[in-house]
Amino acid sequence: MIKPFIVALGLGTVAFAGPVQADTILPEYEAQARAADPSFSGFSAERGQAFYLKDHATGKAETPSCTTCHMGNPTQAGRTRAGKTIAPMALSQTPDRFQDVKKVEKWFRRNCKSVLGRECSPQEKGDFITFMKTQ
Amino acid sequence: MGSYKKIFFALTLTSLIGTAAHADERYRPVQDEVVKKECGSCHMAFQPQMLPKRSWQKIMDGLENHFGEDASLDEATLQHVRAYLTDNAADSGWFGGKMMRGVRDNETPMRITELPYWVREHKKEVPVWAWSDPKVKSKTNCQACHRDAERGYYDDD
Repeated sequence: MIKPFIVALGLGTVAFAGPVQADTILPEYEAQARAADPSFSGFSAERGQAFYLKDHATGKAETPSCTTCHMGNPTQAGRTRAGKTIAPMALSQTPDRFQDVKKVEKWFRRNCKSVLGRECSPQEKGDFITFMKTQ
Repeated sequence: MGSYKKIFFALTLTSLIGTAAHADERYRPVQDEVVKKECGSCHMAFQPQMLPKRSWQKIMDGLENHFGEDASLDEATLQHVRAYLTDNAADSGWFGGKMMRGVRDNETPMRITELPYWVREHKKEVPVWAWSDPKVKSKTNCQACHRDAERGYYDDD
């Protein structure tokens, strides 16, 4: 009797933990984007894609673009400059991406500074995630 | 019960002898979960015994430009990682360790791969072409050749 109960509990936790957090991060960036620019009209996967593929080269010389470490095709695994594998950015391949707000903010802060030499705007972050959701 | 105890004793003894006999290139693995996660995202979390305290201090002071990338941390995490690295640094105990051979007191090495001992050991055994193998990519990638590097085991050469 105990075993089925534990299994049911486990399934319940998985089903519950997933979607709740995934949907909190984009509305948060949307609110920030709207506060920064009242004419903001929603995130764009196309803008996100262009941003992802662009050769920014305004940050550190070693990291001119997102694709220095992530792959041009975000469904493929990337690689850090030190040789470590990075799980694909595409949500279809790595479904637990963009769920943990602290983690997402930490990596946007670091990587935007490395690649662009500044922090990213809420719109850039939202576009980026919107693009990865389509991949 | 008696025979179990005997077997256990024999196994313990064997492993102790084994450890003593092969204790050449072994380092205490990183035990701290925060350090493992924060130092191990982009590269392997290197064992702190491989650099002196002053090096870890300088590295932790400069995370905004960490070998060409921003690796900054929030203040609480930074202090936690800094404490672990300096508490377990090469010069934290009574034994400086061979990694410190040839490092002068007034020098603050910033890369393990530039320590005289590291350079000498790898020059002896690694052909130059091996470094440009795409599977290696960087000298920072210990595990490309030392498969158990994360567990502090570097004797597999």
